[in-house]
Amino acid sequence: MRAVTWAGRNTVEVRDVPDPVMLNSRDAIVRVTSTAICGSDLHLLNGYVPTMQDGDVMGHEFMGEVVEVGPGVDPARLSVGDRVIVPFPIACGACNACAAELYSCCENSNPNAGMAEKLFGHPTAGIFGYSHLTGGFAGGQAQYVRVPFADVGPLRIESDLTDEQVLFLTDVLPTAYMGAEMCDIQPTDVVAVWGAGPIGQLAMDSARVLGAAHVIAIDKEPYRLRMAEQAGYTVINFDEVDVRSRLLELTAGRGPDKCVDAVGLEADHGSPHVRLYDKAKQTLRMETDRPHALRQAILSCRSGGIVSVVGVYGGLIDKFPAGAWMNRSLTLRTGQCHVHRYLKPLLQRIERGEIDPTRIITHTFPLDEAPRGYEIFKHKQDDCEKVVLKP
Amino acid sequence: MTSGTAERPRARALGWVSLGLGVAQLVAPKAVRRLSGVGDSRTSKVMVPLVGARELVHAAGLLAGKRTGPWAWTRVAGDAMDLFSLGVALAHRHGQRRMRLLAVTGAVVGITVADVRTALRTTQGGTMELTAATTVRKPPPDVYAFWRRLDNLPNFMAHLDEVRVTSDRTSHWVATAPFDRTVEWDAEIVDEVPGDRIAWRSLPGADVPNRGEVRFTPAPDGVSTEVRVRMTYELPAGGLGKLLARYFGEEPHQQLDDDLRRFKQVMETGEVVRSDGAPWGKRARHEFPQRPAQPLTREELDQIEPKGALV
Repeated sequence: MRAVTWAGRNTVEVRDVPDPVMLNSRDAIVRVTSTAICGSDLHLLNGYVPTMQDGDVMGHEFMGEVVEVGPGVDPARLSVGDRVIVPFPIACGACNACAAELYSCCENSNPNAGMAEKLFGHPTAGIFGYSHLTGGFAGGQAQYVRVPFADVGPLRIESDLTDEQVLFLTDVLPTAYMGAEMCDIQPTDVVAVWGAGPIGQLAMDSARVLGAAHVIAIDKEPYRLRMAEQAGYTVINFDEVDVRSRLLELTAGRGPDKCVDAVGLEADHGSPHVRLYDKAKQTLRMETDRPHALRQAILSCRSGGIVSVVGVYGGLIDKFPAGAWMNRSLTLRTGQCHVHRYLKPLLQRIERGEIDPTRIITHTFPLDEAPRGYEIFKHKQDDCEKVVLKP
Repeated sequence: MTSGTAERPRARALGWVSLGLGVAQLVAPKAVRRLSGVGDSRTSKVMVPLVGARELVHAAGLLAGKRTGPWAWTRVAGDAMDLFSLGVALAHRHGQRRMRLLAVTGAVVGITVADVRTALRTTQGGTMELTAATTVRKPPPDVYAFWRRLDNLPNFMAHLDEVRVTSDRTSHWVATAPFDRTVEWDAEIVDEVPGDRIAWRSLPGADVPNRGEVRFTPAPDGVSTEVRVRMTYELPAGGLGKLLARYFGEEPHQQLDDDLRRFKQVMETGEVVRSDGAPWGKRARHEFPQRPAQPLTREELDQIEPKGALV
């Protein structure tokens, strides 16, 4: 079959690889009908996530049709022919983390848990196509994919919604929604979202759905800010104005009540010397992550507010404003999304038309053109916001 | 998951001692010379910072090195050098300074003894005790019952090929040793309380005498079981002991950790989880690099044990 593979830093190649086979009794094989490139795939592409190997199949946002089911899967739960979306974290459904609905912290789904334990202190779940640290599972930017614990993760789509309408249930929509949900939004809240990429846009939509009084988007790409503006949000271009001053002005000195970091470890910065400082330390491996958006969110948030982090961090950061965080009673909440929790409620919101995730799709390519998709998404060319691939 | 072994902390502690001495000798050589009684002869002015620098090398090896064994021996070599230098210094000092030097020499002899013992233990045969713990989301009677069926153990313990139950209390164990050697032994259960603990030990005549104990405690959540394992191996002093020590390698507890991780997987999900990058189940070869995370070829699939993996 054809699959998008990692071919070293800054290179992805579409190659012929063997068709997937079942390795555990609760596996299923899914024929992929739609898959997408995620912002976090760019962290892999750019070499910021350790333990990638040449030939690794990429992709953790995918959906399709079940073509094979293992003997350990209850047929009432999943059977051949089902149309499913598949959550990006792999969860066993039986451990204490899964019982607590902390699916992305599943204690059993990562065969390389020993590695994750060394880096993170405790193991984390397996994730499709997302380095060997998260299990070494082949991803879904391919014609077919093996899905472990197929009786736990996949959600059957029985309505006639299009692929585009439900595809983002696999990752970006629940991740964005969890970012807003962790903010514990009140009707009086001003919510500021750092990053107007796919997660940021949908986090703004989620904040609005959850009842925020006012939503602010912070980015520097004019087309992304335009997209947020068209959806009805106030925008701040950090290349043009000082973010903190503008936020203080918009909130009459209070600062946003809730802040969402939808940027993560490759943040850009309006001030070239701060960017250079972090970039230099990152290149020298003195810090692994460039946390500028997080720093700014913490410094900007009103006292007693919540900073919710859904942007990806992988290792260590430097100059963390612990003083602001502690002295101003801020709450920091975060996590890789526990996708399984949100599938049904968010599917209902899509069906009711409360959230339209298709608004972020700007490009659709055949799978073979994936390298071009990565290229324009990474370099923000051609007003690229979200790329969908069709195997 | 927690685990531990006894020797590494000792070697680490000596590393910290080296770091302290090294820094003191480099930063305040004068005070060190005065306190130790070597005074400020021209030789001692050169020697003290040099010895300090050497201590930092020991410290680096013991604290940052992955294998503390060889580094522990460098400390012994350093001790020999120090004792020789102190002997030379003693021959040329008198009065109170000689008394101070004698006291320092006594201390160094004590340290040398500790160093030799640590070095011997880290590189030769001896007792290796491993502990590990995990929490399984099943009640203690279930977890106990699974473990008590000793022939289940090879399903998740990497080095065990087979455990054959030979009577109510005895069993025959076959394990893989490094370089395709096998070791076999008979074992007996020496203590058991259903739902609470099982203890076993090898019978006389085992190549590698060993004993183990596993305890099952109800977890505070009222649903899960805390499983704590302690395994003790008497490593023989000869070639096999050295091989095993090398096999267990830099982190001997890692294997027991991984065994328990798989035990938890089997208890909670029914089998050992596999990925394309790590498809071998308990026969995981090494952590990284692995095979790429892409589907296996038919030939690779045929090499996986148990056959087809779906049993």
